[in-house]
Parts: sequence; structure tokens; C-alpha cells
Amino acid sequence: MLDERERITAPGLSEEAVRQIVREELERAPRVDEGPKRAAIIASKGTLDWAYPPLILATTAAASGMEASVFFTFYGLDIIHKDFEHKLKVSPVGNPAMPMPVPMPSLVTVLPGMGPLATSMMKSKFHGKHVAPVSELLESAQELGVHLIACQMTMEVFGYTEDDFIDGVEFAGAAKFLADARQAHVTLFV
Amino acid sequence: MAAIQVDHELDARGLLCPMPIVKTAKAMKALAPGEVLKLMATDRGSVTDVPAWTDTTGNELLEWHEEGDVFVFLIRKND
Repeated sequence: MLDERERITAPGLSEEAVRQIVREELERAPRVDEGPKRAAIIASKGTLDWAYPPLILATTAAASGMEASVFFTFYGLDIIHKDFEHKLKVSPVGNPAMPMPVPMPSLVTVLPGMGPLATSMMKSKFHGKHVAPVSELLESAQELGVHLIACQMTMEVFGYTEDDFIDGVEFAGAAKFLADARQAHVTLFV
Repeated sequence: MAAIQVDHELDARGLLCPMPIVKTAKAMKALAPGEVLKLMATDRGSVTDVPAWTDTTGNELLEWHEEGDVFVFLIRKND
């Protein structure tokens, strides 16, 4: 052990000097990490409200110079479906935080018409506050180079084909997401 | 303080997160290094988001202030 240490100590440098150099290099390393930062996000929910967080974070990441990818799986596939405008809805059922025009017992929220009512309420709320619609977020994401990736396995399960999705969507499986995620500084499951 | 020369303006008034940042990123692409963008926004979140964005991207937030209910940011593009 002692022999080994003597061998790696440069001639003329004390052990303390070598330790100092190593310390400085270690402190410098994170500062010179100029590689692209990555964000890898999974979008697994297919409701209007849950479409927002992954799209907002991915567009902002890309706008901040990060390489961003969103992996759409299970119900999240509806966010990039060509018919997302109609597919993405809000459900008042089992959501005590859902604002309603008048207070109503939870049981009422299951009545026919309550889902569409909640959806159009949410849409008009967003519109009134000038929140970007999902279509604009998707457009911005694509302009900024965000990779929109549809999960191949859940596509099969739901009977979707590649033609069912908006242009520019990529198709891949779990290994592709993990390959992105293992190099990512930000990973989120939404 | 000497007046800062503004080269480009971006009106993001009325827009909410994340659009002021998305539009700022897009607008900054058109600037030459050293040029200054004047960003106007009404989104209260931009007060924290714009400095965070300039930090992340290495651009310089020269100053910001409020004009009524509008937040005005002066951002210099990095070299």
C-alpha cells in the first residue's frame, strides 16, 4: 500500500501538494461542465389539467437551453393525439378541489353533463386568464426542439397507430426513456 | 445611471407562465451578442422566472422595474 502511494506521488511534490491539486480539480469540475443539461419527463395522465405540467416544464426547459424530452405513456398519449382538443377533459369526480359554480355534494358530480361542464369551465377559466392552450404549448415545444415521444407499448394496448398522433412525434420504449433519463439533470414523472 | 440602449422589445403583457419565458428565449435568438432586449410582462411569476432564466442561460439581467402593473426587464445577450 505504501509502495503504491510513493509511486503515484510526483517527484518534488509533497503529499499535501498533491492533495491540494486534487481538491482544486474536484472543485473546478462542476464549473467546467459545459455539456448540455437534459430534462426527461414522463406524462402519464390524459386530462386537460394534467396535460399542462409536463408541457410547461418541457417548453421552459428547452427555452432555458436544456435538451428536453417528454415520454407520453398510458393516458398521457392523449396529449399528443391528433384529436387532443376533444380527448383532454377535466373530471369533477373524486376531485374535491374542483371549483364549482355553486357548492354541490360529491354525488352530484357523477351526473351526466357534469364532466363537460367542468371541462368547459376550466377551458374558459384558462382562456380568461390568457393561459396558453395545449395546442400552443405543443407548437412551442416542437419549435424549441422538445422530443415528444409516444410509448410504443401503450400505443399497442390502446390500439393507436403512428398516424393517430400529431406530426413530429417519435416512437420508443422504456429503454429509450431510461437512456435519456440516465444523462438527465431533471427527471419527472407526471 | 446612464440610460441603457435597447435594441429589441418584446411585449409579453397578458401572457402567463411559461409563455413569457418561451417568447423571451425565442426573441433572444435574434439578438447579436451584447445587444439588449426590453421585455414587458404582467405575469407576476416573471419577477422570479426571468432572473432564474438569465442565470441558467448565462444572459445578463441588467435591471428590472415596475411601470404600473407592468414588469420591465432589460436583458443583455451573452457573448
